[in-house]
Amino acid sequence: MKRSGRSYFERTLDGLVAGIDRTRAAERHAEDGGLLQRVDPRVKVGGLLALVVAAAFARNHLTLVGLLAVAVAGALLSRLPLGLLVGRVWLGTVLLTAAIALPALFLTPGDPAWRLPVAGWAVSWQGLRTVSYLLLRVVTAATLTFLLVFTTPWAHVLKALRVFRVPVVAVVILGMTYRYILLLLESAHAMFEARRSRTVGRLSPGDRRRLATAGVGVLLDRSIRLSGNVYDAMQARGFRGEVHVLDEFQMRGRDWLALAGFAVFTAAAAWAGR
Amino acid sequence: MKGFDLTAVTCGYQQVTALRSLTLGIPPGTRVALVGANGSGKSTLLRLLDGLVFPDAGEVRFGGDLLTEERFGEDTFAYSFRRSVGLVFQDPDAQLFNPTVFDEVAFGPLQLAWDKREIAARVDETLERLLIPHLRDRVPQRLSTGEQKRVALASVLVMDPEVLLLDEPTAGLDPRSQSQVIDLLVGWAGGAKTIVTATHDLAMIDDIADRCVVLQGGEVAADRPPADVLCDLELLRDANLVHSHRHGHGHGHGHSHPHLHD
Repeated sequence: MKRSGRSYFERTLDGLVAGIDRTRAAERHAEDGGLLQRVDPRVKVGGLLALVVAAAFARNHLTLVGLLAVAVAGALLSRLPLGLLVGRVWLGTVLLTAAIALPALFLTPGDPAWRLPVAGWAVSWQGLRTVSYLLLRVVTAATLTFLLVFTTPWAHVLKALRVFRVPVVAVVILGMTYRYILLLLESAHAMFEARRSRTVGRLSPGDRRRLATAGVGVLLDRSIRLSGNVYDAMQARGFRGEVHVLDEFQMRGRDWLALAGFAVFTAAAAWAGR
Repeated sequence: MKGFDLTAVTCGYQQVTALRSLTLGIPPGTRVALVGANGSGKSTLLRLLDGLVFPDAGEVRFGGDLLTEERFGEDTFAYSFRRSVGLVFQDPDAQLFNPTVFDEVAFGPLQLAWDKREIAARVDETLERLLIPHLRDRVPQRLSTGEQKRVALASVLVMDPEVLLLDEPTAGLDPRSQSQVIDLLVGWAGGAKTIVTATHDLAMIDDIADRCVVLQGGEVAADRPPADVLCDLELLRDANLVHSHRHGHGHGHGHSHPHLHD
């Protein structure tokens, strides 16, 4: 939806809220009952990270294609729409990586495969191999990461991090930041929507800046009050400055199977890609 | 079972005096409704009772123990008090800060260093009692207001406190959720616990309290059974809890009578 007459600040805010919507969409997929959604988050975080590392160290195309095929099959079995994968991950990563890798097509010395019609620059076979190798590696790693993000609620990813010795305090702070950043953005968006609904015509840049600054002040005041209340609520339930958490994940049969599957794929990729 | 005794308590913040020389006793097992308009001192009184703020003058005692900042510096006293007294905040965004409902309900028992196996069992049992086991792995911020209120209640009831302090437990709820929350409170522990509810919803006080304390400008304006308070229109009007306005009934004539504030 296109709206006119908005300040840079409001446009940024709208962009962030759109980001929140996308995050929520990702969490809806993560709560779906597909293959990977049912696997213990610790297994997924460990297994998918191991596959990303295997992709980073793979030295041939075939291994990368194999890993990419495994990732795509994982996405399909986890009921993630292919359109989402293509639009959200592949398009961006391919364009960005291609922009970075493009010069290598012409600068890598080797046998010429093709010449640019007007400029006459030669594209070498070696250059093509280097660029396609880089593209495949980035797309594979991004697809594996996409699988983790879209099949695991953020809260569970954070909890799983504790298994990998990330300090409890860091995990709790990350979780609370995520929770309250969303709330703050929603409040800010609602405030600017309310203001917009009472504004007729175009405001001068000075007025827009003044209103944006006032809005920031109100939000800061609200945040300070809310943080005080959150601290009181923590104290009221016995918080004394030290965080205690409960790891309630339990490995079931299918989790061990998934762990074995990840181990087999990682080992195969490491062996084939050596 | 322990009760509260407040003697000549004065308490304020940022140059505003919220409570003025307030004296009040809350014996164990009583159900008290604190009613008053916005700014009458209800929430401050609840925070005092929960040991989150301390009086500028006067004293607050729980089971004979004086509640002071120094006493809360002692782990043994602080843990014992937090185990005995639970406060449900009005704003679920303040109360619910954990990533999942399970973590939220487990937070209190974890801080009180309960056995971890017992915690998991108690959390599940509490979610069952509040009819929300299906929300166990959900993110609290994405629940409806009614569900958030239930989770907030669960996060306190899981510790089975002797005293339950509630700040506007039905604010922002639709009528069905309101009645569900009231039923929960009435049925909690068979009505044997102490419940102090701050509200300006007069429609619920007959159900949740056997005693009604009306606060006005930080002072006790009345301390009587709910039925007595609800019949005293002058008191309710003075405390800004009812108002009169003209309205019609579709037959062309208008009249005015007191209305509850909600």
